[in-house]
Parts: sequence; structure tokens; C-alpha cells
Amino acid sequence: MHKGKRLFVSLIAAGVLLFPTLASAKKLNVVTATTDMAALAQEVGGDRINVEAIAKGYQDPHFVEAKPSFLLKLRQADLLIVVGLQLEIGWLPPLITQSGNPRVQVGAAGYLDASQFAEILEIPQGVVTRAMGDVHPLGNPHYWLDPDNGRRVAKGIAGKLGEIDPADSAYFQERFQDFDKRLTAAEQKWDAEMAPYRGRKVVTYHNSFTNFARHFHLDVIGYVEPRPGIPPTPSHTIELIGLMKRENCRLVLVEPYFDLKTPNSIGSATGAKVLVYLPSVGGEKQVTNYFELFDYDIDLIKKGFQ
Amino acid sequence: MKTGMVGVFIAVFCIPVWGQQTNAPDLAAQNAALEQKVRDLEDRLIALEGKVRMLQSTPPAPAQPAAESQPAAAPPAEPAAAQAQPQVPVPPAETSPVQGQSQVTSTGGNLPNYGGASSAAKALNPDVSVIGDFIGAAGNTNTPPLATLQPFPSLQMHESEIGLQAIIDPYARGDFFMSFGEEGVNLEEGYITFTALPGGFVAKVGKMRSAFGKVNMMHNHVLPWVDRPLVSTNLVGGEDGIDDAGFSVERILPAPKGIFLEATGQVFRGDSADVFTAANRSDVSTVAHLRGYKDLTESTNLDLGLSYARGHNDAMLLNGSTGDFVTQLYGADATLRWKPLRRSIYHSFVGRTELIWSQRQQFPVEQRAFGFYTSADYQFGRRWFGGGRFDYSDRSRFDNLTDKGAAATLTYWPSEFSQLRGEYRFTHYAENRDSHEFLMQLIFSLGAHGAHPF
Ligand SMILES: [Zn+2]
Repeated sequence: MHKGKRLFVSLIAAGVLLFPTLASAKKLNVVTATTDMAALAQEVGGDRINVEAIAKGYQDPHFVEAKPSFLLKLRQADLLIVVGLQLEIGWLPPLITQSGNPRVQVGAAGYLDASQFAEILEIPQGVVTRAMGDVHPLGNPHYWLDPDNGRRVAKGIAGKLGEIDPADSAYFQERFQDFDKRLTAAEQKWDAEMAPYRGRKVVTYHNSFTNFARHFHLDVIGYVEPRPGIPPTPSHTIELIGLMKRENCRLVLVEPYFDLKTPNSIGSATGAKVLVYLPSVGGEKQVTNYFELFDYDIDLIKKGFQ
Repeated sequence: MKTGMVGVFIAVFCIPVWGQQTNAPDLAAQNAALEQKVRDLEDRLIALEGKVRMLQSTPPAPAQPAAESQPAAAPPAEPAAAQAQPQVPVPPAETSPVQGQSQVTSTGGNLPNYGGASSAAKALNPDVSVIGDFIGAAGNTNTPPLATLQPFPSLQMHESEIGLQAIIDPYARGDFFMSFGEEGVNLEEGYITFTALPGGFVAKVGKMRSAFGKVNMMHNHVLPWVDRPLVSTNLVGGEDGIDDAGFSVERILPAPKGIFLEATGQVFRGDSADVFTAANRSDVSTVAHLRGYKDLTESTNLDLGLSYARGHNDAMLLNGSTGDFVTQLYGADATLRWKPLRRSIYHSFVGRTELIWSQRQQFPVEQRAFGFYTSADYQFGRRWFGGGRFDYSDRSRFDNLTDKGAAATLTYWPSEFSQLRGEYRFTHYAENRDSHEFLMQLIFSLGAHGAHPF
């Protein structure tokens, strides 16, 4: 009896002593709603985290299916990072509820709404109704396409990772500092590349380009969608064609998840180029991180204006 | 937040100091430093804005339409101004919480927001949604007296469903769905879900649609048809279904990689439509469901389920007393879904079948009824869906009577929040009577954006 007790106590002691080392050796499981959040988390999390995104980069992030297979990822997650601003409202809430994972419930320590770190544009003022469109009632949720917001979100994620895994907090901060440096250097290059096109006019399908346009001083004069989330209507298309002709707008940018029929007819009516741009990491196979996303899009836009 | 503000003020006071040192040799370095200061300031402001957004879901509102909502009306030839526009309202929203609480509370004095989840009071109130379901019907009904299937009236505000949903705390959420018919009100569902239980369990307590198969779980407005399949009507209580007060526990089970396996166990009072009737407290009903799911490719997946339900029924003995008779239901369901991710908003396919066996003890002999439906729905445009369904079902109380039917549907979505559907329905009743009906349905939804069922 005594012996058994002693053994038990020493086992517990051994467990307690071993636990911190095990815990620090264990990688944090991070699940993100979109690939962009995953890319930013990867930048600051390095080899101390496993990160997986739910939506694919070429998928419309507003309309993802709440597949049960995502629950398998979510139930293991130590941290869930969402874009927020109701981008995921149509599919993420039931997944969170069904995950059976207390850590990532809304309000729990492992739930992070990244929109709190970013500069949010197009926040509707005054009375908000559905007549303004199906999506974006809290402001434009496509904020990650401004590198400055990428930096802010990465900083926020680094802070959160450090909260969950204090032992690696310094590591995450170091990774952030490094990311910050690389991003600043890349930004200078991107700014220089985009400088000749300052003030150029573009039309996009959905208003997912707003933050990019503001950062690189492009002018989005209209959208193929009459309202965010509402499919194109003939009358709006005619109006848009007129506007583009008046404004001499030569470029239509389309997200990879939209049909090209309407953009192409706008293109042929106005002589504007129609290009598929990438709003997210993973939109094309070769775009695997946050830097490559801007490299790809800036390259594309430069060609579009030439 | 306070320290952030202090930082902002310090930074603001620093700017003039920097500005006065103009006789310093390196102006460029000074400018760079200034720029850096401004950037830091901007970052602090943005961080503060974010915190304010987290505290109150809508900023105080100077009446101004969203820039994005009127893209075509953007002023021409003023790109810089146009781009800066969304930022203009930011400073007042920013500083208000600092100047005192008055500004924050004054949001209550503004016009009410009809955007549902975006309303300023959302922090305290649950998300409210209202879904209207209007049905018109034409054609001959020809319903035999013993048929379970009841015809729709010519015009009917079939249902108005009010949903109240909120996260209660990090450990639980609450969901209420009140279904208003033209006359009565019915608590369709009202339950709390405990989301933070140990061991990966998820539990619900309240009144809920039971996990027997697929259609039984669905609210009217998410069905791919106007009506419900014959097998639901004949064997599982139709529109009301197995919907009862009790509790439910579910858990994801260990399974080979890539396979999702989930078990659900439920205990109810034992009163559900014409399926279960509890004469005594001990007459509780039970429902068990096992679900297996696998992604075949990124756009195709297979969803299989097995269900079991057991409860007491209302069958009587010859002398009119209840006879402690039991009904057992067995179900199998299979769903094949296809949705190409790059064009997910334009094309999709759902093929589904549910088979149900009913064993109903009653005097003088147990009735063993079987029924099934098979359906296919194809989305051929962003707003257009077409579908078909084949129906076959015995009646639970008369297993020698078999009804058959078929339906074709065409659905149009003006937006995500309204839906117009037409259905042609043919029914061949066991009594050798036929009915041909046209059903028209208009569904419209107000308020908070509900999640899409999968
Ligand atoms: Zn959007």
C-alpha cells in the first residue's frame, strides 16, 4: 500500500517535471479561416506551429461549405484565427459549435479575430440595410491586401501565440521583427514598381481590392457587382460600361472564383483588359506565401496597364 | 487602451518639438524620423480603432452612406479624395470613447439599424432573424380519407419562423426558433448547446429536432422542396417530425485519417407528432445517430448515416386503454455532394436518399412499414436550381397501404435572402387515387445572417 502510494507520488512528480518540456516540444496547432491568415501565422509561428487554413485560396471566402472534415482540424486546434467582420458568418459558426473544442470557442483564449488589428475601410455609417448588399455590413473584410495591415495582423498573431505559448513568446517576437524587416524591404520594392501607375483607374468584380488600391494609390471607380455579394445586373453593367468609357478605365480585375462572362463583355465593350487577380495566398499554386501574393498581383497589374 | 492614448498624446506633443529643430544639419534624416513617427501614430490609431470595434460592433454614425455601396457615383477625377473618403469618419469614431462615455451611449439615440447582426445593441441582444414562408397551391388534391399526406390550402402564410441566437459565454450558445403558423405558435426548437465540455463532447438541452436522418433535422426553409417526402410524412411525423424536449450528446469518434465519424445519442420525453406518445413519465423516447463523412476530392464528398429511434406510440387496446405499445424506427441515409471550389457560387449538385423502416406495435398485429425517397438537386446558375424527387412509402399504421409520388422543383434566388420556388407534385395514393399539384413558395429572410446548413 505504502509502496504503491510512493510510486504514485513519484509518477506524478515525474509527470509534472516532464510536462513543461513536453509542452514546449509540442507544436501549437493553428487553424485559420483563410490562407492569408495561415500565411501570416506561418511567418511569425515558424517551426513552433502547425498551421492549416479551412478555405482554399481560390475559393470565395464568403461562401465556404461547413464540411465535417473541417471539424477534424478544428477539434485539434489550440488557436483559431478568423478574418472577422462577418466574412465567415455563413459557415464558420456551426463548425465552431460542433467542434467540441473548448479552446477555440468565441471569447475563449484560442479564438482570435484578426480584424481588430487591421485598418478597416468602408465601414458603413448610419443605417445599415440589406439593400446595400449581402455582405460586408461591418466594413470591408478583405483588409489583408494592404501590406501594412499584413504587418499589423502578424504582430497581433505573434502576441497571441506568445500568450498561448509563453515559453516561445520571445521566438515569436523575433520572427515578427524579421518578418517586419523583410516586409518593409518588399514594400519599398512594390511601392517603386507601382509608382508609375499612381492614380490609374480600375474596376474590380467584388470590392475585395479596396485596401490594395488604397495602399498602392490606384483608383477603383466601380464594381461588376452592383452591391457587394449581389450578382451583376444588365442595367448596372451598362452603367458601368458608360462610367468606364467616360473615365477611360482600362483594367478590370476579377477574383478567381467569379464567372468571366460579364467581365469579358465589359472588356469587349470598353476595350479594357480583363485579368484574374489573386485576393488570397494559394489562389495559384505558385503563390505560397504573403510576399508571393503581392509579387504576383503587382506583376499582373503592371502587365495590365502596359 | 489608456496607455495607448497616453502614447498618442506624447507622440502628438513630440511633433512640434521635432519641427522646431530646423537648423539641424540632416533634414532628410529628420523627415524620415518624422515619417516614422506619423506611421507609428497611425498604427496606434488603427490599433485603438480595432479595440473600439471589438467593444462596440458599430461605430457612432455620422449619416453617410457606405462608399462601397455607391461605386458608380464616386466623384470622377478625384482619385485621392475618393480613396481617402472611407477614412474621413474615422477620427471622430476614434476619439469619442476617450472624450467620455457619452458618445458611446449616444449610439442608442441614433436611428435603429436594420442590419441585424450589425446593430449597435448586438453586444447585449441575440441575433434576431425572421423567415417568412408563403405557399400557394393549385391542382386536384384527391386525398383519400386515411392518407397521412394533407393537402396545402390555396394560399397560406405557412410559417413565420423567428430565430433568436446568441453565444451565451465561452462555454455555451443558445438557439431559439419559434414557428408562427397562421393561428398558433409553436416552439420549434429552443436549446442550449454546451460547447466546452471535456472529452470533446457537445451537449444540447432543450427542445430540438432529433438527429433521426437528414430531413427530420431540417427546418422548412432549408429544404430543397416545398413539401417533405412521403416517407417523412408517413413514418416520421412529417413537418413536425421527431421534435421533442430532452437532451442530446454528440462526439466525434476516432477514425482512420480523413474520415469523419460522429455519434449522437438523444433522450426525449417521448411526444412527437403522431410517431411517439408518452402516457407515463417512463415512456421516454431515444434516438441514436451515427454519421460518417469523407471528402472524395476537394469538390466531392460522401455523407452516410445510420439512425435509430424508439418510443411509445398511441395505439390502444380493444377496450380503449393505452397498450404500452412501442414504435421503433431504423434509418439509413446517403448524400453525395459536388461543388467545384473555383465556381462554388455557380454550380453544385446534391444527390440524396433516405430509407426508413418502421416497426409499430399495435393491436392486433405489429405493422412493418418501409419507405424511402431519392432526390437530386443541381445548381445550374448563380441563382437557379432544379431538382427532382421520387417518393415511395407504406403508411406506419397500415403497412399494406403504399403511397408513391414524384416531384420536380425549380428554384430562383433573387439574393441570398429570398427564394422563389415552384414544384410540381404527383402523388399516387394506395387507394388508387392520383393527384397532380402545383406548389409555389416564397421564402424571405430578415435580420441576422444565419449560417448555411450543410
Ligand atoms: Zn467581400
